[in-house]
Amino acid sequence: MSAPEKAGGIQIELQQRAPIQLDADFACARGEVLALVGPSGSGKSTILRAIAGLYRPSKGRIVCGADVWFDTTTGIHVPTPQRSVGFVFQSYALFPHMSAVGNIETALNHLPAQERRERAHKLLAQVHLDGLGSRLPRELSGGQQQRVAVARALARDPEILLLDEPFSAVDRVTRQKLYRELADLRKTLNMPVILVTHDLDEAAMLCDRMCILHRGRTLQTAPPDEIVNQPIDRLVARLTDCRNIFKGKVREHQPVTGTSLLQWNGLTLEAPLYERFAVGEECDWMIPASGIVLHRHDRPSRGEHENPVHGTIVEFTRLGVNTSITLALRGEATTTLQFSVPSHVAQRNRLANGVDIGVSLLKDSIHMMSRQSETSDAHD
Amino acid sequence: MDWQALALSLKLAFWTMLLLLPLGIIISRQLAWRPFRGRALCEALLALPLVLPPTVLGFYLLVSLGGNSFVGQAYHALFGKTLAFTFEGLLLASIIFNLPFAIQPMQRAFENIPPDVRDAAACCGLGSWQTFLRIELPLAWPGVVTAMVLTFAHTLGEFGVVLMIGGSIPGETKTIAIAIYDRVQAFDMNAAAMMSAILLLISVIAMAIVFATSRPRIHVRA
Repeated sequence: MSAPEKAGGIQIELQQRAPIQLDADFACARGEVLALVGPSGSGKSTILRAIAGLYRPSKGRIVCGADVWFDTTTGIHVPTPQRSVGFVFQSYALFPHMSAVGNIETALNHLPAQERRERAHKLLAQVHLDGLGSRLPRELSGGQQQRVAVARALARDPEILLLDEPFSAVDRVTRQKLYRELADLRKTLNMPVILVTHDLDEAAMLCDRMCILHRGRTLQTAPPDEIVNQPIDRLVARLTDCRNIFKGKVREHQPVTGTSLLQWNGLTLEAPLYERFAVGEECDWMIPASGIVLHRHDRPSRGEHENPVHGTIVEFTRLGVNTSITLALRGEATTTLQFSVPSHVAQRNRLANGVDIGVSLLKDSIHMMSRQSETSDAHD
Repeated sequence: MDWQALALSLKLAFWTMLLLLPLGIIISRQLAWRPFRGRALCEALLALPLVLPPTVLGFYLLVSLGGNSFVGQAYHALFGKTLAFTFEGLLLASIIFNLPFAIQPMQRAFENIPPDVRDAAACCGLGSWQTFLRIELPLAWPGVVTAMVLTFAHTLGEFGVVLMIGGSIPGETKTIAIAIYDRVQAFDMNAAAMMSAILLLISVIAMAIVFATSRPRIHVRA
């Protein structure tokens, strides 16, 4: 997704020290789905509420399309009913005394009365709830309630759709179904969509770009692949669940072959060329689990020459089709690598606790990061 | 049977209920949703009529509404008559001693509306009045009904405060509860029994309404 256009999208800048620390700066274009991802208490929901005008931070600016919704320098704070937002709450917040249709009609106040019902039924059909319009929220399942909440949020033709952990209250099977429905639905939506979630997989599945939040601060905003494979620093890597984060030293740059040599635990690793680091400079580096490849007894390959590392399995956990492995490095037992292999591969190669194995660290998967933000990480 | 006293009691109960409806809603919404300094003290003061002997409450009301008080003098300057020993004074006292009966059920009802639901109403484009009329009031309705019925029934039965502040002036401040006492003093047990039975009946009906509205409705689908 290209950078958000000025017109049509939403731009958010918020700063606040207390009671909830905020230092957020991001934008979302029309038709784009942006996921705000972070641990509990990272300020995700607060930011979403600030966009809707339900929370008023001490400093900042929110511009949606051509409208300024919030600007502390000019004292603008447009009240919630006048902001064109569609909000799906974590609890859905359906009006318990109104039928599904009644809930949707409530958000259609701007239409003449006779058009409301017709439009409400259309919206119900759009979320696959035709025929259930007369039911009260308590007579609907969790997934059905979520769909009513989505239809109600879309009823006003809002300038922006805000989704606050909309999948957290349903079971796994329903959730998978709702993911697919949302993915389908978003193709028809031409507004910025901001999804709050703490689930990285959910974010990666549904969004165009992800914005990583930590203590109210937006650390990195980029497509999910980029966040997972090229986090800007150790903190983002850790927040995106990367277990293989290490310190190293740049030994040499080889521009001709596009390679930087990285010293790590007495080993020299080949990494992609990172000329922004000086030779001799210390840096953080990470490798996603997908960049660690097992040397297989049953199927040796030439790829084993690529950054070979040897060690002993210290943790071996079968998790369904995949098996998670923690490898303690030979001669450096406190350093561990985590990766997973398909369970049948683990079985065929007789992997178990205490077994010595070799792995390759794929050169292109190695990502070097500057160490600037270590201070912010040190608080944890 | 003192029909005049019954009519006066009903009139007093009706006006108390009617005036406490908006007042109670305003106060109970504030108490339910807006945290403010001194809220506990405020709630304690509003609940006082529940525990204070009615004569004590009546005494203070008499002092603060009497001809020498600021309120009494201001009222006299405005309307040319006193508050104490008049229907208006009785009504004011009645509103005050009914505050907890009106506020507490309504406050519980408003507290039970999830904040998300009100936020959702704002996100649907509803202004504060529309949210109040279409979302809050229907959801808090059982509590509001309970408050009104309790206020009505309690006003009919109040004795001590009415005697202290109103005296027993026929047609002006002599309510049915006082008329019953009056009849018993005069050994007119038949009239006392008749009026007591009427109060008992009204109270039973009132409590039945309270319990019927506060129970979650059983939803029967065709």
